[in-house]
Amino acid sequence: MLQKSNKIRSVSYSKYGYLFSIPFILAFLVFSLYPTLFTVIIGFTDFKGVATTSFKFLEEPFANFVSIINNATFQNSLVNTIIIWTINFIPQLGLALLLTAWFTRRKTKIRGQGAFKVLFYLPNIITAASIAVLFAAITVYPIGPLNDILVSTGILKEPFYFQNDPWAAKLLVAFIQFWMWYGYTTIILIAGVNGINPDLFEAAEIDGATPSQTFFRVTLPCMRTILIFTLVTSLIGGLNMFDIPKLFIWNGGPANATMTTSVFIYAQAFSNKYLYNTAAAASMIMFVIIAVLSAVIFVLMRDKYEVRAKRELRRRKRELRRAAKEAVA
Amino acid sequence: MKQKGKTKFQERSLAGKIVIYTVCIILAVLSLMPFVIMLVNSTRSTPEIQQHAISFIPSSHLLDNWKVLTGKTFNPFTGFINSVIISTGATILAIYFSTLTAYALFAYRWKLRQPFFTMILAVMMIPTQVISVGFYQFMYRIGMTNNFLALILPAIAAPMIVFFMRQYMLSALNLDIVASARIDGAGEFRIFNGIVLPIMKPAMATQAIFTYVTNWNSLFIPMILLTKKEFYTMPIMVSLLKGDIYKTEYGAVYLALSLSVLPLFIVYFVLSKYIIAGVALGSIKE
Repeated sequence: MLQKSNKIRSVSYSKYGYLFSIPFILAFLVFSLYPTLFTVIIGFTDFKGVATTSFKFLEEPFANFVSIINNATFQNSLVNTIIIWTINFIPQLGLALLLTAWFTRRKTKIRGQGAFKVLFYLPNIITAASIAVLFAAITVYPIGPLNDILVSTGILKEPFYFQNDPWAAKLLVAFIQFWMWYGYTTIILIAGVNGINPDLFEAAEIDGATPSQTFFRVTLPCMRTILIFTLVTSLIGGLNMFDIPKLFIWNGGPANATMTTSVFIYAQAFSNKYLYNTAAAASMIMFVIIAVLSAVIFVLMRDKYEVRAKRELRRRKRELRRAAKEAVA
Repeated sequence: MKQKGKTKFQERSLAGKIVIYTVCIILAVLSLMPFVIMLVNSTRSTPEIQQHAISFIPSSHLLDNWKVLTGKTFNPFTGFINSVIISTGATILAIYFSTLTAYALFAYRWKLRQPFFTMILAVMMIPTQVISVGFYQFMYRIGMTNNFLALILPAIAAPMIVFFMRQYMLSALNLDIVASARIDGAGEFRIFNGIVLPIMKPAMATQAIFTYVTNWNSLFIPMILLTKKEFYTMPIMVSLLKGDIYKTEYGAVYLALSLSVLPLFIVYFVLSKYIIAGVALGSIKE
């Protein structure tokens, strides 16, 4: 009886589930799915030129993709993106882990943690466009603040033209990214440590583990998921890096040293070339790379209990079937 | 013997503390330094900056810089108002509809619920930049370039916020309250607006801050859609500073940057406690 009334109730309310999801689904179809498909289609056409709207499909369907993969500037921009991301991320994660280890010590509490966190996170919330232009002004040649410091403290004999040196430009973009994001990563990692069962630390303490032993043998292994999450979200963000490389040095920098894939796509489609078809092909290549990375996050973020429950359910069903078969035999 | 060991340990921990505080203070200075340089230099004249680019003593040329700045293309008022309109509209839509969608996923059992949630997880990380060509062409065809709605309406589908709202509901929303409201005869939509939304306020406030800031800072999509000067947002205004007309006007550039950063500074230092807590919440729970 009770079972039945429950069932009726759930059936009669289920339509609200659909009803309340309609705005999201509509907006998603119109503003995300349709543009995605449209981008895919444009990638297979001859669509270019300002203010044109007509296009036809290419006879060789993958011509745009082939030409973009063989495009030296695109290859260069992909390599730049990965280099800049890597030299930003490795020290970023290192510093974030170090700060996390310090801030989550159980015996010696660091005072002013709250204030430090607020200051470390500050650059992350400020408009990236403003930060890019600000750093451009700070590193300007020959009389920017950075050169001023370096020359007046005697580190450099004469001003250095940072924005004209390919590696200096790359390193500075990586530094800006590092500076903007290490605070964020630190806060995420600290939250991860705070989520670990304190009994584990107590047990380690009783067993006489030193703080560094506890950190490497207890804390780090417990944070595997959160570390992978941080790595993959940062990589996806890094692959889309646009504001800083675009505005730090206008359009790619010396010898295209700071040209990232997003800056490349922008230059292809929206600045003055209007090569929508090759830009779409480049976008799709990036889309596929990002989709693969997203799959990792997807697996991490699934409800663990649900997955486990489903697995359990399947196992039971199998057993039941086997039992039934055996009974028949 | 024992006593000696203890002091040795204390010495070591004191040295450790000194290292920790030194590193933290250096990092804190590094966080603030560029902004201090920016604020001070916005009051100094270009010749002063060219003589000594770093100074901690404000000068008296704020008004001159302002005149140089606004005499050219940079219009802080237009940029500010446009950014406020877009960010406010997008935030309201994103928060309201994400909560509604999360509630649909949380409170009702429907056939496509699980597939729908799976889809939300799957598209969560896909950035808008990689579909920008199709998005721009679509907006161009329906005449929505230079129209704020093209930047506001897409906010209705915000998978990331839906995900966090659902997570929050799992821990904070008890369906018994909903059931008792039903017995009192309240409609489902009224229950959502009158009972669920107030319970969700803390999560909505946190997500609203981040959505607002993200929209405020956004550059790529606004830059391709908004081509007329009267529609420029603050970050697009900032990008104008890279143009040739401001090339040697350092004082004006620093002032423009200060103006673009100041609203965020104020918001951040008022709400920093909630923002830091919000970032920490954003990490997945094991």
